[in-house]
Amino acid sequence: MLYRENGQFKTSYRKDQQVFPILQDRIAIALVLLVAFVLVPLTAQEYLVRAILIPFLILSLAALGLNILVGYCGQISLGTGAFMAVGAYAAYNFHVRIEGLPLLVSLLAGGLCATAVGVVFGIPSLRIKGLYLAVATLAAQFFVDWAFLRIRWFTHDSPSGSVSVSNLQVFGLPIETPTQKYLFCLAVVVVFAVLAKNLVRGAIGREWMAIRDMDVAASVIGIQPMYAKLTAFAVSSFIVGVAGALWGFVHLGSWEPAAFSIDRSFQLLFMVIIGGLGSIMGSFFGAAFIVVLPIVLDNMPYWFGVPIDTALAAHLTFMIFGALIIFFLIVEPHGLARLWSIGKEKLRIWPFPH
Amino acid sequence: MKVKFLALATALAAAALGSTGVLAQGKEQFFPVLVYRTGAYAPNGVPFANGYVDYLKLVNAQGGINGVKATFEECETGYATDRGVECYERLKGKGGGASVVQPLSTGITFALTEKAPGDKIPLITAGYGRSESADGQVFKWNFPLLGTYWVAADILVQHVAKKEGGAANLKGKKIALVYHDSPYGKEPIPLLQERSKMHGFELITIPVAHPGVEQKAAWLQIRQNRPDYVFLWGWGVMNSTAVKEAIATGYPREKMYGVWWAGAEPDVKDVDGAKGYNALALQHGAGMAKVHQEVMKLVHDKGQGTGPREEVGQVLYTRGLMSAMLSIEGVRRAQERWGKGKVMTGEQVRWGLENLALDQKKLDALGFAGVMRPVSTSCADHMGAGWARVQTWDGAKWSFTSDWYEGDDQIIKPMVKSAAEKYANDKKLTRRTAEDCQN
Repeated sequence: MLYRENGQFKTSYRKDQQVFPILQDRIAIALVLLVAFVLVPLTAQEYLVRAILIPFLILSLAALGLNILVGYCGQISLGTGAFMAVGAYAAYNFHVRIEGLPLLVSLLAGGLCATAVGVVFGIPSLRIKGLYLAVATLAAQFFVDWAFLRIRWFTHDSPSGSVSVSNLQVFGLPIETPTQKYLFCLAVVVVFAVLAKNLVRGAIGREWMAIRDMDVAASVIGIQPMYAKLTAFAVSSFIVGVAGALWGFVHLGSWEPAAFSIDRSFQLLFMVIIGGLGSIMGSFFGAAFIVVLPIVLDNMPYWFGVPIDTALAAHLTFMIFGALIIFFLIVEPHGLARLWSIGKEKLRIWPFPH
Repeated sequence: MKVKFLALATALAAAALGSTGVLAQGKEQFFPVLVYRTGAYAPNGVPFANGYVDYLKLVNAQGGINGVKATFEECETGYATDRGVECYERLKGKGGGASVVQPLSTGITFALTEKAPGDKIPLITAGYGRSESADGQVFKWNFPLLGTYWVAADILVQHVAKKEGGAANLKGKKIALVYHDSPYGKEPIPLLQERSKMHGFELITIPVAHPGVEQKAAWLQIRQNRPDYVFLWGWGVMNSTAVKEAIATGYPREKMYGVWWAGAEPDVKDVDGAKGYNALALQHGAGMAKVHQEVMKLVHDKGQGTGPREEVGQVLYTRGLMSAMLSIEGVRRAQERWGKGKVMTGEQVRWGLENLALDQKKLDALGFAGVMRPVSTSCADHMGAGWARVQTWDGAKWSFTSDWYEGDDQIIKPMVKSAAEKYANDKKLTRRTAEDCQN
C-alpha cells in the first residue's frame, strides 16, 4: 500500500537510470541521511558515536571496498587487513613527513598507495582463481604485517612501533570531538558509497560482474580479464585503504600493525558474506551485524541489571554471535541484503498478497 | 504471547530501574576495570583482574575511601586495542565518570594516551605502558608508576653484569631478547641498545608473533647463536611456551630472565623443568602479606571473593591488589586536598596521583609492608620509584634471589627526556610550566 510504484512513470532515459527509481526509496534514503547528518549528531550519546557509530561507518566503508572485489568481481581476497594497513601507514607517513599537507590529501594518498599495493597483489588473479587466489592474497597480509613491524622507516622510527596522529583538521575545521569525527566519517562514507554505486552500475561494473559470472564467456564477448580484474583490485584497495586510514586516524588515533591483523581480514570477509555479496547495501548490513551485534550482546547483562561474570559474558557473546551467523547463513545464504529485498518485494503487495 | 512479552519487558525494566535506584544512594567513586578473562592472555589476565577487584571490595568492606564507596564495572578487552578503546568509551562516563583507568595492555595504553587528556581521566600503567611517559611534564595524564620497561631492562642488565663480575665483563657477551612482537615487547629495545653500546655486548632481538604459541623459529635462532643470556618479554601463553621451548632446545633456564610480566605462577607451574627460571619482580613477589590476610578475612570469608581462594597471594594477584591500591590511594590523596569523603573528579585524582606520597608508615597501615617500597611522585616524575628484584622459580614457588636494584637514572633519564621531547614535538605540546604543576 505504502510501497507501491504504480503510477510512477519513467518518461525519460534519465529517469529510468536513477539510482533509486522508486519514489518511496528516495524518500527513505533522504530520511536516513537526514537522521544520520542532523538528528544523530544532535542527540546521540558520546559512547554511541565513538564506540559504535564511528567503527561501524569505517568498517562499512572497508566492507564496501571488499564487496567490489569479492561480490562484484568474484575475486576472493584475504588481504583486506593488509590493504587497510597500507592505507593507514601511507597516510600516516604523508601526514608526518610533509608539513601542512591537508588531512584529506593524506587520506586519499594513503588510498592511492593501497591501490598500488592492491594491484601488485592482484596480478596473480590473472592466473589463479577461487580459493587459490585467497591463499595468494593471504601472502599480502603476512608481507604487509611483516613490513610494518620490521621496517622502521614506515613507523617514523617510533621505538615501540606504535604510531599516532593528532590535531586533525579539514578545511580549517578541527576533527576533535566525537561529533566532528562522526560527521567526517559519514561524509566520506556517503561520497564513496555514491561513487561505488555508480561504478558498479556502469560499464566497468558490468565487466566485473561478467568476469565474476563466467570469465571465459566474458572474454569471448570482448571483456579483457586483465583490465577488469586489476581495476577491481585497484578500486577495492583504494576504498579499503581510505577506510584503513580513517580507522587509524579517526577511530584509534594511535595504532600498531595488530590493528590490521589477519583477524581484520576475516572479519571484513564475513561482513561481506553475511551482508550480501554484490550489494552496496549489504556492506552496511554486514558491518552492522559484525560490529554492533557483539557490543550489544556484551552490554546486554548490564542493561537488564543482571551483571554476570565478565568471562561468561564474553563467552556467551561468542556463542550467540556464532549461532546467529549460522542461522542467517542457513535462512538466507545470499546475505542480509537479500532478506532486505525479499522484504521489499513483500511490501509491494502488502496488505493484499495474492 | 504478547502479554507474556509485555510482562517480561516490564519485569526487566523494573529490574533495570531497581538497580539504578540502588546505585544512586550514597557517595560513589567509579573505577572502570579493563580485564581479559578470555583469550590467549587469560591465564595472566585473570589473576590480575581478581586481585584488582578484590582490593576494591576490601576497600568497601573497610568503609570505603573515607566513606566514599568504590564502585566498579568490568569490561573484557581480550588484550585487543580496538576492544580496549570500546571498553574505555563504554565505561568512562558511567557511575558519575571514571576516576582512573588502568588499561593493562601497552597497545591500549598507546591508544588511550591520545584520548585521556581530552576526557580528563588519568591513566595508571603500573609496570607497563610507554616508558617516556614517566616524564610528567609532557605526559600529564600518564602514570607508569613503580617502573617502566626501560627500568626493567636496565635492572636485568645490571643483574647479569653483577653475575659476570662487573659490567666490564659483559664485553663480547651475547644477550638475546625474545619479545612479544607488539609495542609491549619492543619497548625495552632502545635501552638495551644503549646499554649494549656502553658495555660492548651483542644484542640479538628475536620477535615472537602474537599470541606466541609458535616459537620454534625463535629458539632455533637461539640454538644457533648460543647467547649467554636470554631476556624474555612475553605475556600470556607466550611465557610458558618459551620456557617449554627452552627445555626442548636445552637452553639453561638459569640463564633466562623474564620481565615482571613473565614471572608468575601460570607461566611456569605446569612446565616440568622450569626450575631455575628467573624473572624480575615488580617490587612484590608471591606470598601473603597483611593485606592478603585482610582480603581473606573480609572478602573471601564472606563469600565475595573473585576467583579461587588458593590464588590469593600469587604474583599477578598481588599485582592486581597493588595496582588497585595505587588507584585508591590516588583518590585518597586527592581527597586530602579537596575534602575527605567527597567524590573526586578525574582531574582531582590526577593531582592525587601526581602528589602521591606513600611512605613506609602508610604502606604498613595499608597492609603492604613487605609487598612494596615507598613511592612518591611529582610533576616531573610520574614513575615514583624504579626498584626491582630478581626472583627464581624453584619448581614449586617463586623466591627472591637478588638484592634490590634501581634503574640507572643516568641512562634512563636522558632517554626519557629525549623521547618525551620527540613526542611533544610531534604533538605540538609544550612542557608544563611550574604553575601548571600546582593544580
